[in-house]
Amino acid sequence: MEEIGNLFHGFATVLAFRDMNIFGVTMAIPFNVILMVIGIVLGIIIGILPGLGGANGVAILLPLTFSMQPTSAIILLSCIYWGALFGGAITSILFNIPGEPWSVATTFDGYPMAQQGRAGEALTAAFTSSFVGALFAIILITLLAPLVAGFALRFGAAEKFAVYFLAFCSFVGLSKEPPFKTLAAMMIGFALATIGTDQITGQLRLTFGFTELIAGFDFLIAVIGLFGIGEILLTMEEGLSFKGRDAKMNMKVVVQTWGKLVKYWWLSLRSCIIGCWMGITPAGATPASFMSYGIAKRISKNGKNFGNGEIEGVVAPETAAHAAGTSALLPMLALGVPGSPTAAVLLGGLLIWNLQPGPMLFVENKEFVWGLIASMYLGNVVGLIIVLTCVPLLASILRIPFGIIAPVILVFCAIGAYTVHNNFFDVIMMYVFGILGYVLKKCQYPMAPLVLAMVLGDRAEEAFRQALITSEGSFGVFFENGLVSTIMTLGLIALFWSVISAGISRIRGSAPATAA
Amino acid sequence: MIQSKSTSFYVAAAALGVALSGTPALAQWEPQRPVEIIVPAGTGGGADQMARAIQGIVAKHNLMKQPLVVINKAGGAGGEGFLDVKDSKGNPHKLVITLSNLFTTPLATDIPFNWKDLTPVAMLALDEFVLWVNAEKPYKNVKDFLDAAKKGGFKMAGTGSRQEDQIITVAIEKAAGVKFTYVPYRGGGEVAVQLVGNHVDSTVNNPIEAVAHWRGGKLKPLCVFDGKPLPYNDKIAGDKPWSSIPTCKSQGLDVEYVMLRGFFMPAGVTPDQVKFYVDLFRKVRETQEWKDLMSNGAFNTTFMIGDEYKAWVAKEEKRHYELMKDAGFLAKKS
Repeated sequence: MEEIGNLFHGFATVLAFRDMNIFGVTMAIPFNVILMVIGIVLGIIIGILPGLGGANGVAILLPLTFSMQPTSAIILLSCIYWGALFGGAITSILFNIPGEPWSVATTFDGYPMAQQGRAGEALTAAFTSSFVGALFAIILITLLAPLVAGFALRFGAAEKFAVYFLAFCSFVGLSKEPPFKTLAAMMIGFALATIGTDQITGQLRLTFGFTELIAGFDFLIAVIGLFGIGEILLTMEEGLSFKGRDAKMNMKVVVQTWGKLVKYWWLSLRSCIIGCWMGITPAGATPASFMSYGIAKRISKNGKNFGNGEIEGVVAPETAAHAAGTSALLPMLALGVPGSPTAAVLLGGLLIWNLQPGPMLFVENKEFVWGLIASMYLGNVVGLIIVLTCVPLLASILRIPFGIIAPVILVFCAIGAYTVHNNFFDVIMMYVFGILGYVLKKCQYPMAPLVLAMVLGDRAEEAFRQALITSEGSFGVFFENGLVSTIMTLGLIALFWSVISAGISRIRGSAPATAA
Repeated sequence: MIQSKSTSFYVAAAALGVALSGTPALAQWEPQRPVEIIVPAGTGGGADQMARAIQGIVAKHNLMKQPLVVINKAGGAGGEGFLDVKDSKGNPHKLVITLSNLFTTPLATDIPFNWKDLTPVAMLALDEFVLWVNAEKPYKNVKDFLDAAKKGGFKMAGTGSRQEDQIITVAIEKAAGVKFTYVPYRGGGEVAVQLVGNHVDSTVNNPIEAVAHWRGGKLKPLCVFDGKPLPYNDKIAGDKPWSSIPTCKSQGLDVEYVMLRGFFMPAGVTPDQVKFYVDLFRKVRETQEWKDLMSNGAFNTTFMIGDEYKAWVAKEEKRHYELMKDAGFLAKKS
């Protein structure tokens, strides 16, 4: 068990006291632990502000860390990352505004829960699930790092497409809305995803000569508009007040919610596995959250009630998003391939600190790697404690009158939209998406397929075309080996599940029905 | 609009300062507000890493009173970033770091900009390219590899489309009479991993993108696309230093390509303002952190400013035009 020994050495690194000269007095302080708390708090703030994602936050603070030791620096930066993962859920639940792309799926049930006065419960569920997901992924990294890294190498373009395909199918297969409305929303999403630069040929498409469009529509802009602004427009129409003002304001809700969560251990475990799988392959946290939500909706007994404030609908996406976000760091460390935009920025940091990510990092920079892994454990514990103590405070935000909070939200959304690309055009687009979101909601078009198509659209297209280039146009490449054909088959089953299950129940229909 | 107003104010103020003060030492221009470095590429790529390293070095050694801010504008193969700088005429608080898309993007797409819309500041380094294959493959040298490639069906992975990696691929095809299937990916790290995983047959990754896998024994370099071998003698992979990689030309593959890592400013800035940044970069080059970055990435550390730099850029543009014309990569101008 060499890993365990290394890990404890890592804990020692993180918890070490260091002599610091503060105001002329030399004292020993747990420098890394203090950095951790600072990082988590900053991260939560970054996560709450829509648009200013973890990647931006880490990028802004990266240069400040160059004068630190690499281990301290990565602890600070990775804690910002954990903080942002936690913080993303807060605005999703309270205002239907996803602070981060991976908390879009959390809005589906988290926001209705808040409207029913269960904001505290939803927040507790989200934070706790995040913690469970991250913890699972860290344990996986601790024990299986080399093995998992090797597995990631087997993913070429065809395999990547298959993973996106599976994520897509498992979310879309079953939908309450009329199939044509779902299809229409999805196609709008795909169409929006194609605007900008075609990654394969490098050519511009659908920009119609507008240079503002060459970067395409950022997914975040669309999400802030569709969900946040759209929701505010709806609230204005419905009488200018938040529902759910009677949210409970004490810590008891945390303990009560934990009692409920224990029952969902199987859901949590499944979401952890989905999250880790998506983080390593690397498809990322956002598809992971959608896929986990989709599968939970299908398997759960309460599946029909998803979207109306079902606690499982918060647990599933949050667990998977955190498991994916955490395990995404593994391919970065072991292979030098970032599993998420934030990981990409951290990767740049490693190189500047004179550390080469890749197979040799685990051999040559043991102290750094295990210090980082140890800080993942501690950082998440610290993060959970911080966010849970804030639950009553956060829930009470809903008591502020709408007339005061709505303009504040609008301003934050605008700032968030601007920070994505430092582009004022994006702010205008955010409002356009807001109006689109309002119209779609009024006409009862589902928003989720649109968002999913936008986030997966261009990545999936890219992988699809890369695969076909390598196979010289043969579709056989998607069923070439055991791995890719298994994933594709699972995707197809997920897509046609409603048809298949209808078929099964028809066959069983003649026999006495077993389970509903 | 506010921005351009305040910019012209600063320009005017700086000009006034020059006019009023008799002693040149006092007339030295200095940034009045934070300076933006525009990166016309995504986070985590080579240009981004270099910009952030410079940002860190400047902050750590206190080389400038105002902070540097790095902003990525990657859309339209970097066109988004270059257009932003083009539209900031006269703004002395904006720099852009370049990669080869300075030449390739306007040639391959209709995005309307040219390096002549910008003010050249300094070349900080040239990035090298190396021909990599999977270490499990039996090829001992470039000849073995090309002989195998001549049988057909070889896949070359690279970053982006109609950019430097694909240009080199086409140049190899011409020089050696082979044909590759070029597969574009988003970033150099991803390209290297595709090769480690044996999903493609070769890459022309920059040294820094593939070095970890070379040291891990997964990839091996066949030749470097420069006129002379890399000048770094420290042992990198086992007992092999960067200098052990032969030039492609010496291996019978007559292809040379290096990529500019340099800085430009918007048009309409004063020589004083350019001089400030030239001096800043000179100081950056003196630091140990910069030297470490250069040797880690096996960069060619040629430094150029002024007319020499301008002439080099003009020559490179012409060369890119020829290379891309030959490859059929030029945009069809309507």
